[in-house]
Order: sequence, then C-alpha cells, then structure tokens
Amino acid sequence: MRILIPIKRVVDPYAKVRALPSGEGLDTAGLKFEINPFDEIALEEAVRMKERGEATELIAITIGGSECEEQLRKSLAIGADRAILVETTSALDPSAVSTELAAWAKELQPDLILMGKQGTENDENQTGQRLAAKLDWPQATFASKIEKLASGFQVTRETDLGEEVVEVAQPAVITVDLRLNEPRYIALPGIIKARSKPLERATPKTALTVKVKTRSYANPPARGAGIRVNSVDELVAAIAAKGVL
Amino acid sequence: MSRLLLIAFDESDLNSCGGFAAKLGLPYDALLLSGSSSVGGEQIFQAGLTAIPTADTVAGLLAVFVHTYSHVAFVSSMRSKDLAARIAGILDAAMITDAIGIESPTTFLRPMVAGAVIATVDAEPPVFITFRPSNFAPAELMAGTVVPMGIEPAPGSKIVKASAKTAGRPDLSQAKIIVSGGKPLKDAATFETVLGGLADALGGAVGATRAAVDTGIAPNELQVGQTGKIVAPNLYIAAGISGSTQHMAGIKDSKVIVAINKDGDAPIFEVADIGIVADLFDVLPQLRAKLPGARS
Repeated sequence: MRILIPIKRVVDPYAKVRALPSGEGLDTAGLKFEINPFDEIALEEAVRMKERGEATELIAITIGGSECEEQLRKSLAIGADRAILVETTSALDPSAVSTELAAWAKELQPDLILMGKQGTENDENQTGQRLAAKLDWPQATFASKIEKLASGFQVTRETDLGEEVVEVAQPAVITVDLRLNEPRYIALPGIIKARSKPLERATPKTALTVKVKTRSYANPPARGAGIRVNSVDELVAAIAAKGVL
Repeated sequence: MSRLLLIAFDESDLNSCGGFAAKLGLPYDALLLSGSSSVGGEQIFQAGLTAIPTADTVAGLLAVFVHTYSHVAFVSSMRSKDLAARIAGILDAAMITDAIGIESPTTFLRPMVAGAVIATVDAEPPVFITFRPSNFAPAELMAGTVVPMGIEPAPGSKIVKASAKTAGRPDLSQAKIIVSGGKPLKDAATFETVLGGLADALGGAVGATRAAVDTGIAPNELQVGQTGKIVAPNLYIAAGISGSTQHMAGIKDSKVIVAINKDGDAPIFEVADIGIVADLFDVLPQLRAKLPGARS
C-alpha cells in the first residue's frame, strides 16, 4: 500500500501571531515555521502503518516555496520514503491546493491520502474533502483511530456529538484529528538517513487558480480588563448585572 | 441571479440561520435534511432523513441540487465542514469557513490562526459558507412553502456505529451558557456532578479543557479550544481552568467570561470579565443555589 501525505508549512502553532500593522499579511518576523501539527499526526500514522507492514511506501508532498524543503526534510526524518516539493510562489487556497494534489494523486496512484483535518494558519478545513471530491474517492474526516481492513479502512471519527465508526474502501482520503496519535521525537539516525532520501523538486501540474482572495488581515479587538470579586454573593450579583442569564 | 440556500442538518441548525440570512440580505430558501419546519425560506425543501448519511454519499446529489444558488450556507460544525467542502470540491466553488461577518455578498470576515487574526476575504459566487451563529444577531426566518424532497445516498463510506447525542444539553458551539472545567475536577463522576449539575440548572452546556479530556475526566466532544470547539456563548464559566493559549483561543468570543480559580496568577484572569480567587468546589454549588434563574 502506498500512502501520500500532503504536508503544509505553517507558522509555529504555539506562537502568538499578529497581523502586520499594514494589514497586508501576518507578522511572522522572528517566528519559526513547522509542519502543520495535524499533518505531522497524519505522517506519524503513516509511519506506524509501514512499521506494522500495512504500508510499503510513504510519499510526502508539499506545494509552496523553496523554504518548504525544511518541512519535507523533517518529514523524511520522521519516516517518509521520499518527498516532492511542487514549487510555486503563488498565493494558494484549498481549491488550488486540492486541484494540484488531485493531479499528483492521479500520477502517483496512492491507496490512501492521509492528511491533517486543517492547517493551523488558515483553519479552513477544506482541502481533504475537496481532494476526495475531485478524485471521487470516499472520505473519512476527523479520524481518531484508523484500522486497516482487507481493501479499505475502518475509521473512528470525532463528531459534533461524540464519535462514529465508518468503513471506507480504498483508495480513500482520511483527514486526521488531534487524538489519533502522538508524533514521535525525531531520532538522530532518522535525521542522518533523511539526507540521502530523495527530495524531488517539481513544477505545478495545474494553474493553481484561487477562488478565495484575502484582502486584508487585522487583529481582533482586545478584551477589556475585568473585575475581581471576593465572595460568591458578589460574584452572583456581578453575573446578574451583565444580563446574560 | 443571487439567491441563498440555507442547508440545515435539523431544526436546531435552522434556528441559527435567521441572523445570517438577514445580514446577507438575499432572497433565500432552505433545505432541511432531517426534521421539519414551516419557517426557513420561501421554499423549504424537506428531505426527511431519519439519519444523516456520510458526506461522500450525498454530496454528488446535493451538488446538482444547489448549483443554481449563488450562496449556500451552513451553521459551522464538524459535519457541515465535512459536507460543505465536499460539495464545493465537486462544483469547484469558493468556500468560506467560519464566517463571522459579511461586508457584501462577495466579501466576508473570518478568523484564522485560531482567532488571533481576522481576515477579510473576497469570493465570487457560487460561494459556500459555514458561519458561526454567535456572530449574527438572531432574526426570524420567513415562513414558506414546504417541498418534500427525496435523497437517496450513493455508494461511499458506511457508518458502522455512532454514539448517541448526550442527554438534553445544548450543543457547545451553539450554547448560550457554558460551564467548563479542567483537571481540578478530578474524575469523570465529579466532573459530571459538579459541572453538569450547574450547567443543567442554567440550561447550559458543559465544556472541558484539553487536559481534562486527555486525562479521561471528560469526553472528547466537550473539548473547548483551538483544537476542540470554538465557542461564543453569552456566559462562559471557567472553573479550575488556568487558561492555556490554546484554550483561550476557543473562548475569547464569549460575551462574558467568569473565572473561578484557586491560583490568582492564572492567565485566565487576564481575559475574564469577572474573576474570583476561590475553590471551585465551594463556589459552583453556591452558584447553583444563588444564581437567578437557576433551577434546582
């Protein structure tokens, strides 16, 4: 089984990010960039499938600028067998990315595409579903557990109400949620081995046309300072005074 | 022609749609996948499903149905994002996730980086939108003509097992009042008795921190924060929550945040409107007894 793992480069998900004063973008000065944490969980799951003998080849793919090589090298260190960097400096959105990924999936013919439910920068939660739609493959989103079946997968999905178990035939797109696994720390041998693994630089197969354009970025209004109370009676009075009950 | 279709999984979604439809200001219809309603839009398509099928089995049919609309909107939820993005993918249409404001029928506001930044985005119709109902002032939906509609799922992913809805509490993302707790709640039984008791008395929902979920004190669907549910109730009572960045990202659109914590230096007090440095096990039972409107 071949697994394709789309990897997104995002600004450090644990950093405090602000809009630039000009409103033209995010102020990322001095911030690190990482693999989107949900994609890292997807990659970890793929590596475990390979370790269990369920998968034979793991391909990491990123669409973006040459700086994304950093995240692909890390993906190789974690356990991807090879990586593809589809180089572009264009602005991207889930429509453009899913269209491009679909073109690669048709060429690479994976049995499974495993990816994060969303990127932590744009929080759009679309690309997996759009990709599955373009390929006309079944989808299982928000996965918290994945088991290999004879020719498909049993996936436990987190839902608004709790969880649900679905079966999907392969090839399929599965997007992963936080609780699927805890990604491993990268061991030194993995880093050394990653240097000799193939990282292919490619040009886009599609026009990368975006459907949504971001006009400006702004910081939300800050919350005003609150009050401290000293007793439950004061607390009750303060809550009641807000008129929210 | 510009026209909005509201897609609701059930009546509770529909209740949240009025404010969005009013703000967008286009003529509108509604499609109700399960349940029934006499309000919703000029035409109210009712599929009458008893269980909602998986997104990939109904998206193809819905794509054909919705393709004449300029705008297709859903209340933001995990299931609506699952379905909306699949249909948008089929139609190669624009999609705005978690809209919190409308500047024009082609310009929307949406949060990114877990709400740390608000983006203004432009999209040409057809455009799919999931919107956060708490950001749109409630408004009545129009009464309309009910039109029965058949939905026959196509082959695709199959549901093997689904957990039932938790007893009678409102959904976190739509709740007006949320009582939320962290690890100091100790165990699942204490969590349910202490937090659940106050939530039920106030007719509210129960939320939890990631730490409480990870240690098994609370089920995962209750997790509030950047990686869980983003909430925006009128009242958010944070009991025994220190206020990690990822938790605060999920609650900062709440109208009033009340913090109850033994540690006066906890970061939650920086965002709280009302704070009390005290033991939640003393405070919560008293709130249940003393808050106006609380049922015993």
